[in-house]
Amino acid sequence: MEEFLYTIRENRPLAPGVFRLSLSGGGAAPVPGQFVQLRLPGRFLRRPFSVCDAEEDRLTVIYKAVGRGTEELSRLEPGAELPVLAPLGTGFDLDRAGETPLLVAGGLGLTPLYFLAKTLRRQGREPRVFLGFNTEKEVFYDEAFRALGCEVTVCTVDGSTGRQGLVTEALPPDGSFFCACGPEPMLRTLCRKLPGPGQLSLEARMGCGFGACMGCTVQTASGPRRVCKEGPVFDKEELLWPTQE
Amino acid sequence: MADTRVDLCGIELDNPVIAASGTFGYGYEFAELYDINCLGTFSFKGTTREPRFGNPTPRIAEAPAGLINAVGLQNPGVEAVIAEELPKLKKCFHKPVMANVSGFSIEDYVHTCTLLDKEPQVGWLELNISCPNVHGGGMSFGTDPKAAAAVVRAVKAATKKPLIVKLTPNVTDIVSVALACEEAGADGLSLINTLLSMRIDLRTRRPVLANVTGGLSGPAVFPVALRMVWQVAGAVKIPVVGLGGVSSAEDVLEMLLAGAAAVEVGAANLQDPWACRDIVRDLPGVMEKYGIEKLTDIIGGAHG
Repeated sequence: MEEFLYTIRENRPLAPGVFRLSLSGGGAAPVPGQFVQLRLPGRFLRRPFSVCDAEEDRLTVIYKAVGRGTEELSRLEPGAELPVLAPLGTGFDLDRAGETPLLVAGGLGLTPLYFLAKTLRRQGREPRVFLGFNTEKEVFYDEAFRALGCEVTVCTVDGSTGRQGLVTEALPPDGSFFCACGPEPMLRTLCRKLPGPGQLSLEARMGCGFGACMGCTVQTASGPRRVCKEGPVFDKEELLWPTQE
Repeated sequence: MADTRVDLCGIELDNPVIAASGTFGYGYEFAELYDINCLGTFSFKGTTREPRFGNPTPRIAEAPAGLINAVGLQNPGVEAVIAEELPKLKKCFHKPVMANVSGFSIEDYVHTCTLLDKEPQVGWLELNISCPNVHGGGMSFGTDPKAAAAVVRAVKAATKKPLIVKLTPNVTDIVSVALACEEAGADGLSLINTLLSMRIDLRTRRPVLANVTGGLSGPAVFPVALRMVWQVAGAVKIPVVGLGGVSSAEDVLEMLLAGAAAVEVGAANLQDPWACRDIVRDLPGVMEKYGIEKLTDIIGGAHG
């Protein structure tokens, strides 16, 4: 972990309230599933964001403007500088993923899975991508996954595009390894429904983001673990979630 | 050359900067970032008799110029601290360390302090009778002078190391609690712990913290902390460790002028993991700027 100074290259909407922030000039070298902490002007705590892409001196995150901090972030212009603490946390274990893992995302949860898909594709693997949204106008990044050469299934709750229903209902029950990120109810359903092993990236309200404050702890099979340090990616077997309804 | 040395209960510190409990773990994670031996010392994560998960999450909230935490003393329990954490701490930190202890009964405090008192690397015991985030313990001892005196007296009778009592600001008269602790045998006092506070999420219309309330720390509380350090240092003879929002070498000097013998740095570590290192680095230059050759010359200097 180091602090890098990045410059905003682009900060533009992808869907209602969802923005892509492209940064350059820093030297962080994250792996898929890791996150970064951005220091926003006027905010005491840094804000954690999953890495969506990282290439040489460039870093991309996607965020939703949900509170005052992220709303202010959405108004920052290209050229502004942001101190970034990175890389943080423990990412996906690529060795466990196999040749054709299922990548399952709910909404903004696709962010770390894009970086994962890109890395897996470079290694010649064939991830199968399932993206869930509420409705057509919220859909984003499905084409970006296709551009990587991934097979992509889009699901919308209202059926306005893609397959109608929850993403958790669209998955092949073939025991494949899965990597998932999204709302906790979705992740819990996945753990219950999918027979295969998997890894899940959790979201948490964090303080420091580097393991000091114990703000983001979750209970696991190995005892209390910090989402920001031992996580955010945890093995399915580690999470103490019921596997049956 | 600026002389940054200070004395804390008979142990010399190279400088008055102490990383505060709950913001520095057991030290070794910060040791991956910089050599933590540059610190005066640090107070390790609040330790209790039994392991604790702490409060339900979310247990952190942003505040203007600070943060609110309701962690609730997550720690692996004193036996695991001694068996697993202290050996790791010892590898990266070679000075006496401050052992922060919390509990839910006088017996808890005595048990945990007695075990940590025997650890060679522990220089001071810091008795946390001020945690606002646990129910039926912690702060309930620190808000009543009689209860505070009782726990201090019991721990003092069972231990040999200097005992520093950490006080809560969530009282109407902190001086009366401070005097009661001094009278009961405390060797020093540290103040302030966090201020009881809360936030509400406008989208859910519910409190942000699962625990509803938490403790506010960070620059927002610095002037309150300084005022209380001033009041307590003016009333007691034992050394006072000042904390609450300290985030710069200038803040350190203000605390010392108010009467603090040393300072603790808490929330600043969570915003910037190199904060303590930078304060230590900046201190000689800031002393020179204000014409201070020896830090001990200015302790309590603002009292006139």
